[in-house]
Amino acid sequence: MWDYSDKVKEHFFNPKNAGAVVDANATGEVGSISCGDALRLTLKVDDDSEVILEAGFQTFGCGSAIASSSVLTEIIKGMTLDEALKVTNQDIADQLEGLPPEKMHCSVMGREALQAAIANYRGEEWKDDHEEGALICKCFAIDAVMIEEMIWANKLRTVEDVTNFTKAGGGCAACHEDIEAILEKVLAEKGEKFDPGAAPVSKPAEKIAAVKAPLTNLQRIKKIEMVLESLRPSLMADGGDVELVEVIGNTAYVNMTGACNGCQMAAMTIAGIQQRLMEVMGEFIKVVPASEMKKLVNIEVA
Amino acid sequence: MTDIYLDNNATTKVDPAVVDVMIPYFLEQYGNPSSIHKFADGVARGLKQARQQVQALIGCEHDSEIIFTSCGTESNSTAILSAIKAQPDKKEIITTTVEHPAILSLCDYLEKDGYTIHRMPVDKAGRLKLDAYQRLLSDQVAIVSVMWANNETGTIFPVAEMAEMANAAGVMFHTDAVQAVGKIPMMLQDTKIDMLSLSGHKLHAPKGIGVLYLRRGTRYRPLLRGGHQERGRRAGTENTASIVGLGKACELALEYIEYENTKVKAMRDRLERGITEEIPHCFVTGDMYNRLPNTTDIAFEYIEGESILMLLNKAGIAASSGSACTSGSLEPSHVMRAMDIPYTAAHGTIRFSFSRYNTMAEVDEVLKVMPGIVATLRKLSPYWDGDGPVANPEQAFAPTYS
Repeated sequence: MWDYSDKVKEHFFNPKNAGAVVDANATGEVGSISCGDALRLTLKVDDDSEVILEAGFQTFGCGSAIASSSVLTEIIKGMTLDEALKVTNQDIADQLEGLPPEKMHCSVMGREALQAAIANYRGEEWKDDHEEGALICKCFAIDAVMIEEMIWANKLRTVEDVTNFTKAGGGCAACHEDIEAILEKVLAEKGEKFDPGAAPVSKPAEKIAAVKAPLTNLQRIKKIEMVLESLRPSLMADGGDVELVEVIGNTAYVNMTGACNGCQMAAMTIAGIQQRLMEVMGEFIKVVPASEMKKLVNIEVA
Repeated sequence: MTDIYLDNNATTKVDPAVVDVMIPYFLEQYGNPSSIHKFADGVARGLKQARQQVQALIGCEHDSEIIFTSCGTESNSTAILSAIKAQPDKKEIITTTVEHPAILSLCDYLEKDGYTIHRMPVDKAGRLKLDAYQRLLSDQVAIVSVMWANNETGTIFPVAEMAEMANAAGVMFHTDAVQAVGKIPMMLQDTKIDMLSLSGHKLHAPKGIGVLYLRRGTRYRPLLRGGHQERGRRAGTENTASIVGLGKACELALEYIEYENTKVKAMRDRLERGITEEIPHCFVTGDMYNRLPNTTDIAFEYIEGESILMLLNKAGIAASSGSACTSGSLEPSHVMRAMDIPYTAAHGTIRFSFSRYNTMAEVDEVLKVMPGIVATLRKLSPYWDGDGPVANPEQAFAPTYS
């Protein structure tokens, strides 16, 4: 069974706002019974203020689908439609104290039902732009469709390319065989052959020259800053950032900020930063959240 | 009421009598069976006895036809890879669409290497068509691999008959019998089955021990090469405690096989009848007249399996589901799709699988809570309206995308 948070269980066992809203003036429906998830969101919107007075859901789906629907109705009640449009699937997942990566699509479905309902109220047509494939990378929740699109769009040729462009495969690496299979398939469609030893396509971030000689502490700090700088664009693409707080010996203390702060993937990201630092520096570097610094007695004294 | 375990096709509790016979092999007779000192002098005898206990349960002619492995999956892989290695010119494999992933994933993988895989379809009751099978048999086929009983529905395939047909065509026959061994009587020496896989943890032995039955004279290539263990057919130091435990579990399974087919079956039947009579819009999947005695798989329409399992779990009842969500995929189980179970029901299948440890009182407890669980979820479902499904569910729900 999934490792659901207490919040997910709470909303599943005691769902809020179940059932259709009587006199609803907005309805959004997403999913279908064939894909195992279907959500109908009904809203009662005040015509003058555009405030959502009532929200109700009817969901066919698993525990996290029902919990996502329930928490969504709680989030949006009392919001104006414009405020509600700013609700992201991450907000839904956060309110549930996180969802397993395989279940993130439940929160996406919630956001889409909301968008569809608001479009319905405003007499607009809402189009879904997202297609979901089989989940490949469980560490970063990247699906096959996303990987295929990136391979096509960026002429990717190796697993390393795919990791650089999508993050898929950058964590535990268990999905590398699956990524190779996707590469083989797409490259075959393009009339090319998959070669695991192919030269990487130019990376999003420029490569930093690896360190050869031993470093002074100042050199080390400068080099660490350079590496963090190079990683920053991909962190910022996810709404996060990283800040170097202190370097003591071989330990770098960092603050994960923005969306990275409190993200379930923060530990994974830190491990990725550490790996990259070690590649460049050619020495063992430990990356530790700055919050851990307080635990060091000598820092307290200092 | 204490928790109720109805997920015995997933795995079983180790019988305390099995644990008892295993303990000395951890603490006293822990010597390597290949050694000649006193820490090992009883081990060879223990292994010999276990081999005979397995032999008695599956009814094979020689105890040397038993090869101990680490699990059912290893037995399956060994069987298929042996067959293709021993007959490199034969490039076809026959199997079914409803096999366990232990077979299907391996076949998918071999397909990439150029093998032709014939995956036989099943009908709505999960049955195979033997005339279609007959047409597939040829001298191009390296091996047929067909499960004895399906893990989800319990449906039994006519493997003895299919093995005869394969044998007549000169084709090797393997069966994945991890769900069947210990639940239905078998006498392998009277069949033409060449290889059979079984798994300890499905019959109250520990996890991590399995068997490949290999008929004497069947051409064979080991998967693991190395030492002389298992007569060189499966190298690697023997998992002595588990082997001895599996032996004991097989002895017990043989003792209880009548109980399994009378008392256990009666519990299953009572649960199944109670549920299908009490709850509207649900039905039993698979071949109702040719099934394992311990298994029932019931599809509840318009609701989703994982939700049912979570509510069952809250009520202290363990079962499992062929729903997509329990596995993290978007598709319901390949077995349900193969049987063409409509999508309105395929996502809501629940498997209850019994063992000799279950009781009638437990069945009554499940019958008490099940109608309420289904009603609760249907109340949330956009496909359900009051007392029944909405008229024409596929059209009533008009999603912006699907």
